[in-house]
Amino acid sequence: MPQEYRLILKHADQPGYTPDIECYLRHGGYAALRKALATAPRELPDGKKLGPQEVIRDEVLKSGLRGRGGAGFSAGLKWSFVDRRSGKPIYLICNADESEPGTFKDRQILHKDPHQLIEGMIISCWANDVRLAYIYIRGEMPQGARLLNQALREARAKGFLGKNILGTGIDIDIHVHRGAGAYICGEETGLIESLEGKRAYPRIKPPYFPAVLGLYMCPTIVNNVETLCHVKHIVELGGAEYAKLGTPNNTGTRIVSLSGDVKNPGYFEVEVGKVTLGEIIHHENFGGGLRPGRSLRAIIPGGSSSKVLKAGEKFKLRKKGADGQMTQVEADLLDLPYDFDSLQQAGTMSGSGAVIVMDDTRDVVDVLANVSEFYAHESCGQCTPCREGALWMSKALHRMTTGGGRAEDADYLLHIAQNIQGRTICAFGEAAAWPVLSFVKKFKDDFVTRGKADESARASGVVPTAHH
Amino acid sequence: MSNVVTPAPAPAAPPPVEKIRIKVDGRDIEVPKMLPDWQGKPVPTTMLQAVQIAGGEVPHYCYHPKLPVAGNCRMCLVEFGTPMMDPATRKPVLNEDGTPKILRSVLPYEPQTPRGAIACATPISPGMELYPSSPATRQMREAVLESLLINHPLDCPICDQAGECKLQEYSVEHGQAASRFVEPKVHKPKAVDLGPRIILDDERCILCTRCIRFTKDIAGDDALGIVNRGSYNTIAAAPGRQFDNNYTLNTVDLCPVGALTSKDFRFKMRVWFLKETKSLCNSCGTGCNIQVGSRENVIHRFEPRENDAVNSSWMCDAGRLNYQWVGRSDRLQEVLIRGARSTWTTAVAEVVSRLISAPKGSVAVVASARQTTEELYLLRAIAARHGAITDSIPREGEGDRLLVSEDRNPNSQGVRLTGIAYTEMGIRLPEIAEGIRAGRIRTLLVFGEDVTQYGLDAELLGQLETLVVSDILPNATTALAHILLPGCAHVEKRGTYINVKGRVQRFMKAVEPRGDARPEWEFLAEIARGLGVASGFSTIEGLFNRMAGEVPALAGVEWAKLGDGGVTVPV
Repeated sequence: MPQEYRLILKHADQPGYTPDIECYLRHGGYAALRKALATAPRELPDGKKLGPQEVIRDEVLKSGLRGRGGAGFSAGLKWSFVDRRSGKPIYLICNADESEPGTFKDRQILHKDPHQLIEGMIISCWANDVRLAYIYIRGEMPQGARLLNQALREARAKGFLGKNILGTGIDIDIHVHRGAGAYICGEETGLIESLEGKRAYPRIKPPYFPAVLGLYMCPTIVNNVETLCHVKHIVELGGAEYAKLGTPNNTGTRIVSLSGDVKNPGYFEVEVGKVTLGEIIHHENFGGGLRPGRSLRAIIPGGSSSKVLKAGEKFKLRKKGADGQMTQVEADLLDLPYDFDSLQQAGTMSGSGAVIVMDDTRDVVDVLANVSEFYAHESCGQCTPCREGALWMSKALHRMTTGGGRAEDADYLLHIAQNIQGRTICAFGEAAAWPVLSFVKKFKDDFVTRGKADESARASGVVPTAHH
Repeated sequence: MSNVVTPAPAPAAPPPVEKIRIKVDGRDIEVPKMLPDWQGKPVPTTMLQAVQIAGGEVPHYCYHPKLPVAGNCRMCLVEFGTPMMDPATRKPVLNEDGTPKILRSVLPYEPQTPRGAIACATPISPGMELYPSSPATRQMREAVLESLLINHPLDCPICDQAGECKLQEYSVEHGQAASRFVEPKVHKPKAVDLGPRIILDDERCILCTRCIRFTKDIAGDDALGIVNRGSYNTIAAAPGRQFDNNYTLNTVDLCPVGALTSKDFRFKMRVWFLKETKSLCNSCGTGCNIQVGSRENVIHRFEPRENDAVNSSWMCDAGRLNYQWVGRSDRLQEVLIRGARSTWTTAVAEVVSRLISAPKGSVAVVASARQTTEELYLLRAIAARHGAITDSIPREGEGDRLLVSEDRNPNSQGVRLTGIAYTEMGIRLPEIAEGIRAGRIRTLLVFGEDVTQYGLDAELLGQLETLVVSDILPNATTALAHILLPGCAHVEKRGTYINVKGRVQRFMKAVEPRGDARPEWEFLAEIARGLGVASGFSTIEGLFNRMAGEVPALAGVEWAKLGDGGVTVPV
C-alpha cells in the first residue's frame, strides 16, 4: 500500500513537537553532527586515503542524493566541483527562497524543525571546510526567519555553532538573510548577487560558476533546505544505507506539495519513485482523489514551471531491468513513478516536488494566463528574450481571456516561447516558456477554439474589437 | 664538494603566443588562446573575438571591449559545435573520412533544437566550430531583435541616434520587416532629466547596461541603476542623485540606441551630415584623441576617438563641450596695425622689419602652451636670433584619477622641449616685466595669452616700442597691440601637441578659420623666413620634420610616422 515515509518530517507534525533546541535534543538532535565530527579517516580499496571530511563528502556522493530545489542535480557531485585550492574561503548558502508556485515543503521544515536544517548545514560546512554559511530565506517568511534566528542562538549557546564547535577548535557560523520578495532570488547566482547587496540579476555561466566564483567571487555551495536536511540523515544512516531508500538513481525521500483539485491537498513525504502520480492524487493516504463528479484534466508535476501533463497521456519509459538491460515500457500518466528520471523521460520534471492538479472544470487558457502572469511579473528583466517575451506571452494570454483571442494565437504563443527557452542567462527562461509551450501544444484545440470564438464574436459585433 | 657556480640562465625569449585551431563557418583559423579583457588582463579568447579574427562580425549590444562583460542582450548568440570525445580514451571520435566528429550544441531537453552560446562571454576550445552565419544563429538574432523592438517606440524620424543606431543597423542586417506584436506597448518615462548634460528616453532603452557599467566601473560613480522589474525595467539615477560626474557624456557614445542623448547635441544635427575630423582635445595635458563633427564650417560635437595609449575610448565632459567658443562672434578676424585694418603682407613685413632693426637683447617672447609644437619651435627660432627671453604661462587645475590632468595646457611639453621654457613656466615673466620697466626690452611678441593677467599690465605694455600680439579672442593684451595678427583655433589648422606623458600627437583641420585669420605656423614661418631663420619647408609636414631634426627629444620622429595615435618620446 502506498504510504508516506517520513524521514525529514519524522517529528515535525508529532503532537507536542516544538521548534526549540531542547525538543530537538530530546528527539536525538545533533547526534549526527557529533557522529560526523568523530568520523575516522578511511582507506579505499585502491589505497587512496580519505580524511574525515572527505569521508562525509564521499558518503553524500554514494547516497545518490539529488538536489530537492528543482534541478535534481547530484548533491555529492555539486560538492565535488568546489574549488578547494583557490586559497579563498568557501561559503555554503542554504537556499530557503522557496517561491515556486505550488511548493510549500521547505517552510514545513523551517517552521517546525529548524534545528534539523541547522544540523545538516553544520555538517555540510564541516565536510566542505566552510566557516561561514548563510540561509537566504524568502522575504515573505518572516516567521521562518524569526524561528531560524532563535534556533541559531540556541545552537550557539549549546556550542554546536560559533567558536570552537563542540570543542573541535573549528569555528562555524550561520547567518540568516531575508530576501525582499523576488522569485529570481531562488536562482542560485541571482541569490548570490542579492546576498551581496545587489539587484538579483543571475550571473552568466561561464565564467561565474558558484563552485569557483560564487559569493564575493569565492567558491560557494548553494543547496536547498530539504537537500541540506538529508545530509544529516545520510550521516546517520551511511550513504549506502540511505541509497536503499527510494529507487536506483532516485534515492531517499522527498516532500511532495500537492495542491489543486484534490480532496486532500497537502504535503506528503514519500520514498522517491515508490509512489506514482496517480497514487499521489487518488490514494486515500495522499490526495484522496478528485471531488465527486469531476474528471482529471491536467497535472503540473513539479511546480508551475514544469511542463504540464495531460490526462490520458502515455509515455515510453526506459527501465533498467534486474539483468541490467534497458527495456522500454509504456506508462500511463497516472502510473508514472514520482521520481526525477521518470518525469524527465515523460518530457517534464519533478522540479520542486509540487504537484498541481486540474480537473475538468478548469479552463486551460485561464490557467496558463495565470501561470504566465506570474512569470511576467517575476522576470528580472536582465536579458532580452525573457524580459520581453515573458510579458509578451502574458499580455497575449490576458487578451485571450478578455475576449480578444485570435485563432492564430496558439502559434503566436509557441513562437514567442520557442524564442525564450535556451537563450537566457538563467533557467527562468525555461520556467517562463515551458508552461506556454506545453499547455499550447497539448491543448492546442482549446486555444484555437477560444480564439476562433472570440473572432466570430467580434465579427458579429458581440464584443468590441480588442486592441491591435 | 664543488663550488661550481651555475651560470644564470639566459634571459628567456618572450613565450610564443599559444594558438588554438578552430573553425568559423567552415573555415580553419588559428586564434590566440588568450587575449586581453577590458582591463588588459589576459583571459581565454571568446567566440566573439575569434569570429572577429576570422574577419567576421558578431552583432552585439551589451558587449563593449572596454567594459566588463554583461551578457544580457543575447544578440551575440552563436550556434557552435565541439569535437566529440571518446569517454574511455579521451581522444576525439573521428568520422569515416578521418575528420573529427563534431557535436552540435543542442538544448539538453530538446535535442532537435540548436542551442546558442553568447559569443561575448564563451571561451573557445580546441577544435570548436562556430557557425556565426548558420540559419539557427540567424534565427536567434532575428528573435532577439524582434523582442527588442516590440516595446520600442520606433520613433527613428525624431530620434537623435538615427544614422548611428545599432538597433537600426542590425534591424536592416538581421531583422525582419514585419512584427507579429499586437499587444499594447510598455510605456516608460520620456525625456528624463538625468543630470546637467544628459536626457534619457527610457522607452528607447534596450537595457544593455553599458551606461551603468561605464559609470560604475570606469567613472567610479554609482549614480545609475535599474528600477522596477522585468519588462518594466527602467534606467534611473539613484533617488536624490544627479547624474553629474565629469564623464556622463561617454554614456551617450556608449548607448547603442537613442536612449541617452546629450543636451548639448540633441535635435541639432542629423549625424549623417557631419564631417568627421581626427583631432585632439586641448582642454588639458592629457590630449584625449577626439573626432570633430562639423557641418558647413560649424562644429557640432566632439567625440572621443579610441587611443589606448592616451584616453582609451573616453573623454571628460568639460573637454567635450569646450568647442562652443570657436564659433563666437567676437573672434579676432582682422589684421590690425595700430588699430587700422591691414593685410598679412604688410603686417608680416612690418614685424620682420621691426625685428631686424631691434638690437640684440631688446626682444622678449611670451608664447602659449596652447600653441602647437611647430608654432613654439618657430617662435623659439625667432627668439634665438634676437637673444630674446622667452616664457609661457602655466595653467593648473584639479586632476582626477581617470583622464583630467592637473596641467590644463595641452602642450606644456612642447613649451619645454622646444626651449620656450626649459623648466617651470612663468618664472621669467618678472624678468620680462623688469626689462620693460628698465627700458631694456623694447619689443614684445605675445602669442595666445593675455599677459595683463600675469604681471605685464597695460601701463607696462604702454612703454613698449613694439607690441606684436596674436590671439583668437579679444582681451586686454590684444586691445593694446601695435600689430595684431588673428590666429586659429586648433580645429582650424593642423599641428601637434605633446601631452604630459610625452605622447606626440597630430590633429587635423576640421573647419576654416574666421575672416582673415590664418594658422599661426604659416605667418610665423613667413616671419622666420624674413629673418633668415628656419627655412626649407612649405608645409606642416616639412616644418614638423625639420623641427624633429633639431629638437633632441623628437629625434627620429616624422610627421608621417605619427599616424592617428601618435608616438611617445622621452620627456
